Amino acid sequence: MTQDARVRQRLWQQLPLLVGLVVLWMLLWGSLSLLNLVTGILVALLVTRVFFLPPVELSGRFNIFWLALFLAKFFGDLVFASFQVAYQALRPSGISQSSLIAVQLVTRSDFVLTLTSIALSLVPGSLVVEVDRERSILYLHALNTRNLDDVDAVRAQALRVEYLIVRVLGSKEDVKAVTS
Amino acid sequence: MTVLYFVVGLLFSVGALLALYRVVAGPSILDRMIASDVLLTTLMLIVGAEMVYNEHTRTIPVMLVLAATAMFATVAVARYVSKQDTSAPEERLNESDEQQLGESPVETTT
Amino acid sequence: MSTDDILTLIAGIFLLLGAFLSLAAGVGLVRFHDVPSRLHAATKPQILGLLFVLTAIALEAQSWSTLLAVAPVLVFQMLTAPISAHMVARAGYRTGNLRKDELLVDDLGEAIDRVTRTEDDAVGDMVDPDDPAAASSARPPS
Repeated sequence: MTQDARVRQRLWQQLPLLVGLVVLWMLLWGSLSLLNLVTGILVALLVTRVFFLPPVELSGRFNIFWLALFLAKFFGDLVFASFQVAYQALRPSGISQSSLIAVQLVTRSDFVLTLTSIALSLVPGSLVVEVDRERSILYLHALNTRNLDDVDAVRAQALRVEYLIVRVLGSKEDVKAVTS
Repeated sequence: MTVLYFVVGLLFSVGALLALYRVVAGPSILDRMIASDVLLTTLMLIVGAEMVYNEHTRTIPVMLVLAATAMFATVAVARYVSKQDTSAPEERLNESDEQQLGESPVETTT
Repeated sequence: MSTDDILTLIAGIFLLLGAFLSLAAGVGLVRFHDVPSRLHAATKPQILGLLFVLTAIALEAQSWSTLLAVAPVLVFQMLTAPISAHMVARAGYRTGNLRKDELLVDDLGEAIDRVTRTEDDAVGDMVDPDDPAAASSARPPS
């Protein structure tokens, strides 16, 4: 691969990030104008150069249908879990036992691992305490697990979230791994 | 409508006071940080609620800045607590294994 | 009742839900026993409560530009909240701010025990070697 092609490939890989930054910039200014677009692109390039991070390895897949399913499940979980935890906080009996649960994920991709952790952390009732990146193990803290069935339910829930995220943007190998 | 807004204000106030109690009572610095985070979130929501009540949108940037910077204090403190912990990791591990944590540990109380 | 009144009413109900979650978070903070449980209580108003209040603002203003102006608030909150929650939970576990007697299952404790027991001669690889805090807490007592 020539130097030129490598540079072009890296730019191509960073494109989703750059587009996201430009969109965020325009949302912050609250208007769509040519000036905003140009300054947005400049700021995005500057930020990605000055605060350099290793590029995220995207798989090149993206499925809108599964994204819709994922978002529906995510917001459904968010609402349900929020009120569940609120109920547990307010009811007289309070909470019983919690658990620290190891969840062995299928994927090896850092990006999918990160997104899964974020999605799980945002929903009250599950919390990522520790991540074993080498072996793709998440250690989750789950509230109010009365018995081992509840623990298995949390594990199944985490794997379900991972399944949906892989279906949205995981690599082909990951999709094969989670569907089998 | 006025009754509804009154109830909203009441719920927010009680929530904020309870969080404030946790900030004062501790027991560990981490508990205080979580509680101050909740207090900050409550303040952010109150800023939002005020916008609805008075029908304007001028303080959205305030909410934006709060949302973006609320994490810094918490992360800094959590980081500092972890760092402090590494100064004597061996003793600490043994301690926590032996005492089986019958009572809530107070090592990090400051 | 005009559409305007109905939208105002819906916005009021959203505010009420947000305020309720905020109150429940306060109650949870006071009633729960250890750091991770209190973190669970804290995440409710941070995400869903904020979502309710932002929806109320957009409904009340009834304009798309307000909705777009409000969106970055949620984006920032969703990006930053998990980071601080994770940092606090990790620090809480490492400093023992956790009621182990109230744990039903403790897979992380077992994993650390396993590393501590089997790796007397090799340095633990369970945790990121770049992180000094992680490496030292998993190392066996010398």
